[in-house]
Amino acid sequence: MANTLFDKVWDSHVVRQINDGPDVFFIDRHFIHEVTSPVAFLGLESRGNSVVYPARTFATADHNTPTINQHLPVADPLSANQLDALENNAAKHGISHWGLGDENNGIVHVVGPENGITLPGATIVCGDSHTSTHGAFGAIAFGIGTSEVEMVLSTQCIMQPKPKKMRINVNGKLGLGVTSKDVALYIIAKQTTSGATGYFVEYAGDVFEDMSMEGRMTVCNLSIEMGARGGMIAPDSKTYEYLKGRSQTPKGADWDKAMKYWDTLYTEEGAAFDEEFNYEASDIDPMITYGTNPGMGMGITKSIPTAESIEGGVATYRKSLGYMSFNEGDAMIGKEIDFVFLGSCTNGRIEDFRAFCSIVEGRQKADNVTAWLVPGSHKVVDQINAEGLDKIITDAGFVLREPGCSACLAMNDDKIPSGKLSVSTSNRNFEGRQGPGSRTLLASPLVAAASAVEGVVTDPRTILNANA
Amino acid sequence: MAYDKFEVLTSTAYPLPTENVDTDQIIPARFLKATKRVDFDVNFFRDWRYNSDGTPKAEFPLNKEVYAGSKILVGGRNFGSGSSREHAAWSVYDFGLRCVISSEFADIFKNNCLNVGVLPVQVSALFADTLFAAIMADPKTEIKVDLPNQKVTLVATGESESFVINTYKKHNMLNGFDDIDYLKNIEKEITDFAKTRPF
Repeated sequence: MANTLFDKVWDSHVVRQINDGPDVFFIDRHFIHEVTSPVAFLGLESRGNSVVYPARTFATADHNTPTINQHLPVADPLSANQLDALENNAAKHGISHWGLGDENNGIVHVVGPENGITLPGATIVCGDSHTSTHGAFGAIAFGIGTSEVEMVLSTQCIMQPKPKKMRINVNGKLGLGVTSKDVALYIIAKQTTSGATGYFVEYAGDVFEDMSMEGRMTVCNLSIEMGARGGMIAPDSKTYEYLKGRSQTPKGADWDKAMKYWDTLYTEEGAAFDEEFNYEASDIDPMITYGTNPGMGMGITKSIPTAESIEGGVATYRKSLGYMSFNEGDAMIGKEIDFVFLGSCTNGRIEDFRAFCSIVEGRQKADNVTAWLVPGSHKVVDQINAEGLDKIITDAGFVLREPGCSACLAMNDDKIPSGKLSVSTSNRNFEGRQGPGSRTLLASPLVAAASAVEGVVTDPRTILNANA
Repeated sequence: MAYDKFEVLTSTAYPLPTENVDTDQIIPARFLKATKRVDFDVNFFRDWRYNSDGTPKAEFPLNKEVYAGSKILVGGRNFGSGSSREHAAWSVYDFGLRCVISSEFADIFKNNCLNVGVLPVQVSALFADTLFAAIMADPKTEIKVDLPNQKVTLVATGESESFVINTYKKHNMLNGFDDIDYLKNIEKEITDFAKTRPF
């Protein structure tokens, strides 16, 4: 029987199948951060267990870190305590730890691939729903809860029912100003915020084949935003090129052996999926969201749909628009904004900063806009500097901050004030996500950049066409 | 024992028909700074329960005296979406709830609930509507959740629906067991498996 990429990787990690129960599922790589791991270590210790495979777990501080003055002690005592707990737990159990200031530090889903910890055919989990990012490399990667973090620490397994399979094909060529973020937001708008619940997604077709690894990571990252546990893309020469020579990838004969295995990781002709969807690249415009979940998105030139025209509950829809202070039928273009956030595990990679700079180069930040530009890692910072993007950013009136999750979830001081409107390259526009009362419009780095220089929601194609 | 056993629960219920309730609403990120499981009940639905000055929002169901002490929450479709934070499931449990009923749950939240002793009961959209209507008509109406028989019943009318839970998880909930007990028991099998992994 023809096999899917997902089945190949999943089935090779099942230690035991439980009759009418979950699979005992082996985890190759486990990332931990300061927010969802402390209680797992408490549980581990209270049961008298130890970390069975410390070399399979990797700790980095990211969620609750400041993005300025990282060389100084962390001011908030609760945050400092949480960062200390991560460091102490890692040290105590022999787990590698990239804390604040470490050259490898950054957002967990940025530093994993950067350091070659993420590999095709691997199973990867983390107490963070955007672990789906690592699926870009042909890994099965998904978010878990803290109880499961403890399971992985103490047994290297979790108990997981096998999800159903969905394939999403996008074929054709993307138009000017249409990025991987727009492809993902388009798919999520089609699927809705819960349309892929219970599924694991494989992305296939020209658009993903043509996409860079950074772009693929953005797409897989957002799989959770339509309810899918994760998403994956078959590895190819781009995957290998990205990984080869990174600090933790296999070397020499081990690399050749790994490549032989990785070459078997694709979905065979005629393999069956529980659901399959086909979309056309030419139908996708730069996207923007207008509501309080990532499924409430549309092409940037469109108007907010009426409650009657959408599927689902009218009351919830109106509550959402009420929170945003938007009306049915409003155009998004031209709405005055207050904040721009470039960063997060969705769009905090070098390609995102290149895209942002392609728009702001030779222009100036609008006076009404406060912009937070937060690279995903120190390696991204180094690359920004090496390419001279730092100068473009500064000349245009922007300031680069230090790495971390920052205003994506606003656990640190990077909070959008109540009522303020933010164009954000992050992944969630939930009520209060970027700070209590904040209002978020999710978009690509190009839309964020265009809006940052114009001071209002702006279609980046107007600037790209003027540049051409 | 990580949590109290769950067998049969009969209780009034808090109604929260809003759809797509995400875990950022259940427990906002700024309350995730603890390194121990404390105060998650206090900050449960913080921004929906309280105004920014700390005064309660009287109209929010969790603040209504008439529902106080309920052990069940009936939520709208796609309950628990978004972030994987188990703090959301802890806050449900620590607030005193043992069961959430909805016509659809987000995967990670559902898993987390099962791991901390909160029973997620998925019912049809029609039955969820029946429950909401019954609670609106009589806030003291009781719902019976029978785990051994996998059945949820509106006590006043006897209307009921069966629900799905796998045998393994059901056994855990009935006994207050968790997965680590199981996994530690098969440690040798896991160690042998680990030796076969190429990386």
